[in-house]
Amino acid sequence: MTTNDPYATSRETTEGRVYSVTGNDWDSLVTEIGATKEERVVVNMGPQHPSTHGVLRLILELEGETVTEARAGIGYLHTGIEKNAEYRTWTQGTTFVTRMDYLSPIFNETAYCLAVEKLLGVTEEIPERASVIRVLMMEFNRISSHMVALGTGALELGALTPMLFAFREREKVLDIFEMVSGLRMNMAYIRPGGVSQDLPDGALTKIRETVKELRHNFKDNAKLLIGNTIWMKRTQGVGYLDLAGCITLGVTGPILRATGMPWDLRKSEPYCGYENYNFDVITNDGCDTYGRFLIKMDELEQSLRIIEQCVTKLEALEGAPVVIEDKKIGSPADLKVGPDGMGNSQEHIAHIMGQSMEALIHHFKISTEGFRVPAGQVYATVESPKGETGVHLVSDGGSHPYRLHFREPSFNNLQSLAAMCEGSMIADVVAAVASIDPVMGGVDR
Amino acid sequence: MTEEHGLFGAKGTGDTSGYGGLVRKSHNEISAERPYGGYFDEIMDELERAYPDFNDAIEQVVIHRGELTLHVKAARLFEIAKVLRDTPALRFEVCLGVNGVHYPSDKDRELHCVYPLLSMTFNRRIRLEVSVPDSNPHLPSLVELWGGNNWHERETFDMFGIIFDGHPGLTRILMPDDWIGHPQRKDYPLGGIPVEYKGATVPPPNERRSYR
Repeated sequence: MTTNDPYATSRETTEGRVYSVTGNDWDSLVTEIGATKEERVVVNMGPQHPSTHGVLRLILELEGETVTEARAGIGYLHTGIEKNAEYRTWTQGTTFVTRMDYLSPIFNETAYCLAVEKLLGVTEEIPERASVIRVLMMEFNRISSHMVALGTGALELGALTPMLFAFREREKVLDIFEMVSGLRMNMAYIRPGGVSQDLPDGALTKIRETVKELRHNFKDNAKLLIGNTIWMKRTQGVGYLDLAGCITLGVTGPILRATGMPWDLRKSEPYCGYENYNFDVITNDGCDTYGRFLIKMDELEQSLRIIEQCVTKLEALEGAPVVIEDKKIGSPADLKVGPDGMGNSQEHIAHIMGQSMEALIHHFKISTEGFRVPAGQVYATVESPKGETGVHLVSDGGSHPYRLHFREPSFNNLQSLAAMCEGSMIADVVAAVASIDPVMGGVDR
Repeated sequence: MTEEHGLFGAKGTGDTSGYGGLVRKSHNEISAERPYGGYFDEIMDELERAYPDFNDAIEQVVIHRGELTLHVKAARLFEIAKVLRDTPALRFEVCLGVNGVHYPSDKDRELHCVYPLLSMTFNRRIRLEVSVPDSNPHLPSLVELWGGNNWHERETFDMFGIIFDGHPGLTRILMPDDWIGHPQRKDYPLGGIPVEYKGATVPPPNERRSYR
């Protein structure tokens, strides 16, 4: 490494000599480090690194290729969503929380709305059709989130094709989201009291076709990876975390279920009517990256099963309301996708502008002031693709949340990185991080 | 605990809303009386049996929306958490993190800390709440009991300035290391900047006229 090389520089610090490596300069780096007596090398992986899922920074202490200490540096994507929500109405909150874990927006919205509804004491009054649509959207979202986890996980270990297949299937799910909510990500579709709008005409037919296609296409990735010798060698026994480790670190989701523990909030504390669906909790006792991968693969089929049951239920509930009957909570605006995007329906505009002064006042009041929520605090949870998403919500009786806190599974699970990686090879760190499936939007919020 | 005047949050301008005389006070949480209902009685009985200083440690029992909150003295937090985790009849083996809440008007109890606990063995949940004065914001760290509290306590320190004694490395986690202030406190502004759009200026959200 020569000093006139603009891409590879080195400087003296109090901790020792620091090298900046940007690629294509490995040979000179190895030569130079080899000349020193120091055996311990601290490597900063990230925050800009393709295999660290966004802006995760890994601080790895190495001896040769063995990781002796692993630390995660986070906070690069902190946007103060929780603080911002304190300055918005309860309904506007969904627009913020959907951007936390941006790969599972529906789960953030549902957890938040369940918390608001619990504080209002209206959990029982949510229409059944709204709950079924929530379950439908959540299960589709579980598929799209698992698809990214599987696809990018495989990509990071050098398998390119599974990523192509996974994103192909994810596109189909995003098409469903677009058809139902108008948006492919960050939909703000679930609202306190129900959902923002009913399913469009022909949605159930499209969903049924998509389920059929997905079920067929999932086999492609299964054929590529399950039992694949290279894949198994890279993932089996890698990122080991047993049940005791999971419990003390508060790790939930596929990582916990990969220790053989059948813990799923959809079964243990059903919400949105999950007790009325038939599905299995998938477990595996490998405690490793391969086990977590198998769980995600099998959960896809369970999600499809739930979606099919949702479709049957929705057919029976055709025309039923999708927002709470209480007009003080549910938005009066009948949202429709118009020629210029989603907005108030033409009938509603005609009603408030031409027919009823009271309806106009009500629309104005609920749009600007929102509704008030009785003082108190609640904790609501949903089983997101990554584990337990918990919402701690405090109200002082006003029209804004007093304090909103998300217990993000990604944030919590990322702590287990040190337990999984210390003592392993540096290449296995990438596999372990992929199996934790952290989304930095959720970790940093 | 808090007191609000009027309906709009605007300060220093004439009140045009007609709600200027309105004073709203939010209620203090009301203590629950036995029987608490559900599995809550069982938890409290077992806790009383397993923990001799029960009456001294628990300040208040609140049941709201079907959730049990135990308000615990800060000095007793570690002991009671250990009893809740280790007693075979309680077994709250998972702590789902730490969350701070700032109540500036709650004199000498400004900073609250909330711990949601989960017992996977019995499928039960409770919540511990402790409060510390802003002038001396020290709490015992629970990392020794639940390793997963490590980052959560760092986050609460970062956001509220609560110092967890005995934490293995209490540093900022989300904000930069040299950041000044604790952003989730109520006296910390949202920090938005005015946005100019076609000559008009839109103030940041915390300075806009809004309903409270």
